[in-house]
Amino acid sequence: MAVVSDGSMETAAIPAAISQQDPLRLILSGSWTARLLGVLPQQLDQLQTPPGAKLTADGTQVQAMDTAGAWVLQKLINRLEGEGKSEGEGATVTLQGLPQKFSRILEAVAQRASLQRASDKTTTNSPQPQAPGWLARVGRPTADMAGQALTFLSFIGESAVAFWFCATHPARLRWRPVLFNLRTAGVDALPIVGLLSFLLGVVVAYQGAAQLRLYGANIFVADLVGLSMLREFAPLIAAIIIAGRSGSAYTAQIGTMAVTEEIDALRTIGIEPLELLVLPKVIALMVALPLLTVFADGLGVAGGMIMARAQLDVSFNEFLDRFVLAVSPTAFLVGICKAPVFAAIIAIVGCYQGFQTKGGADSVGRQTTRSVVQSIFLVIVADAAFSVVFSALDL
Amino acid sequence: MATAEPLLEPPLDAVISLHQVATRFGDHVVHTDVSLAIRRSEIFAVIGGSGSGKSTLLREMILLQHPNQGSITVLGHDLRTLTPDQSLALRQRWGVMFQHGGLFGSLTVLENIGLPLREHTQLDDGLIDEIAAWKLSMTGLKPQVGGQYPAELSGGMMKRASLARALALDPELLFLDEPTAGLDPDSAGGVDELVLGLRDLFGLTIVMVTHDLDLLWQVADRVAVIGDGTVQGLGTMTELSQLDKPLIRPFFDGPRARSVQDQAQVKGPSQLTTTGAASSKPK
Repeated sequence: MAVVSDGSMETAAIPAAISQQDPLRLILSGSWTARLLGVLPQQLDQLQTPPGAKLTADGTQVQAMDTAGAWVLQKLINRLEGEGKSEGEGATVTLQGLPQKFSRILEAVAQRASLQRASDKTTTNSPQPQAPGWLARVGRPTADMAGQALTFLSFIGESAVAFWFCATHPARLRWRPVLFNLRTAGVDALPIVGLLSFLLGVVVAYQGAAQLRLYGANIFVADLVGLSMLREFAPLIAAIIIAGRSGSAYTAQIGTMAVTEEIDALRTIGIEPLELLVLPKVIALMVALPLLTVFADGLGVAGGMIMARAQLDVSFNEFLDRFVLAVSPTAFLVGICKAPVFAAIIAIVGCYQGFQTKGGADSVGRQTTRSVVQSIFLVIVADAAFSVVFSALDL
Repeated sequence: MATAEPLLEPPLDAVISLHQVATRFGDHVVHTDVSLAIRRSEIFAVIGGSGSGKSTLLREMILLQHPNQGSITVLGHDLRTLTPDQSLALRQRWGVMFQHGGLFGSLTVLENIGLPLREHTQLDDGLIDEIAAWKLSMTGLKPQVGGQYPAELSGGMMKRASLARALALDPELLFLDEPTAGLDPDSAGGVDELVLGLRDLFGLTIVMVTHDLDLLWQVADRVAVIGDGTVQGLGTMTELSQLDKPLIRPFFDGPRARSVQDQAQVKGPSQLTTTGAASSKPK
């Protein structure tokens, strides 16, 4: 605090020091401030005095003292005066020549230190909480996970109820946020989805080219690219990009609103947060993702087509002729029908994790990470489930 | 300018002086000409209507923002010509309590308070925790609060914890942004006492932005009224209450202001340090 005259703290600051000229006389000097104490506190712990000695501490050379310095000094005095030692073993310390403004701080510290000792005594007497056993360590996270699954299910349920309500009362649906989300999650994502699926088509054709050329089966590159893109890659890549791009945004938006009490404000005004924040996102994404998948289909096949001409000498016309024969409308529809499911997963997980945000800024970050990881995980699990179902149905 | 003292020559013991500070945000003019001098060990309050730019002025004093024109000198340094090292050193010599706390959500309260010490000193962790616990109790919080996270605290507790963090490095200057806003009368009274106690014990210079009439009457040594981009008045509350300017009168007219004023003049500012009851807000 303003215990040093202006500027001296930077120019003439001498680190705090203590010297023991003879065993009974301690000389304190320098600036006893938090920044200039350095490693002095550790040195003080080594300081020893004969039992029962009458020490004097000379404070005339102390240039500055703040609460940290006073605290360290008071701790030293307390230790020397035989804290925890039996009667008669402790030394007595007389402080001399410490400027008055510093001794006032020291007094405040002494007061505080004795209070803290008193409270320490009462707290140490109270029984320590026992460390949890292995059963508790396994059980508690399991119960937590089960609880999370339950809240997630109830969130899905609440969303479904809200969805049903809006389906029966179409006037209640908020079209403006639906259209807004359609633009941000759909239209604005076109470039990145298009570029990545194009590159994916190029890669698939390139990897296949080496194998197909061995057998002279160049033309089957159309089968390879067409089926893999339309059935698997296009829906999956579009869903993963949207999970990273829009799912995270949903969580961050709703999470920040939860932290700043905006969600509670919506409820008090009489706007159901699910209707305003969740339904438009789910509906918009369920429309946008299938369309994005069609777009990804087109660009992915285009990428494969270009690669086929460059690597395998399959002209565009040959490729397209073979493509029509190889790829049935079913393959296209199989890919497209996955997209709304993926969209629902991404939007629901994103919104759910947003609502789970509690506390402050770091919680928003944690939930956003969780949202992206969970939605990509669930999308791939759902894709695997689709594969099982489609193969059972011979599609 | 109807001020209680000449502004052009700041007194030699001025810790902060502002000279013809002007601030604009695009077309929006906040300050046209603000000149102030704040003396050592003084409790100085800045008041003004909403949007008068008093918080902006505070932010300019603590290097969070730069004025468009004019100069600000803090602890002998002109803020316009600071090297990065100087500004780092200067920042360690003041503490700031933010209106909403500004506590780090990922750290416990005790870790929040100890952060400046951990960052800028070589003290070991045990000692830092002890000092932090002391600062915590200084601001009237219970020791158990130290282990909690800011999100678990009430608004008033958050402010106190923020104050404890501002005091961590034993600053020479303490800036308080709305120290009592959102506090119950008892806690607000506690802040009054705390501010006075800090000044008496450590000789701190305290600059605060506030609307709390009790705090102004009971604690502030001098008060500057900011309005229309300039200093409308400067002096003790009693001196200001004599002035007849449209931007100053709202702080003295009206039933709330009158009742606080009567109370303050009956009791006198020196007798505050009894209990918070002396300063409970007339609601």
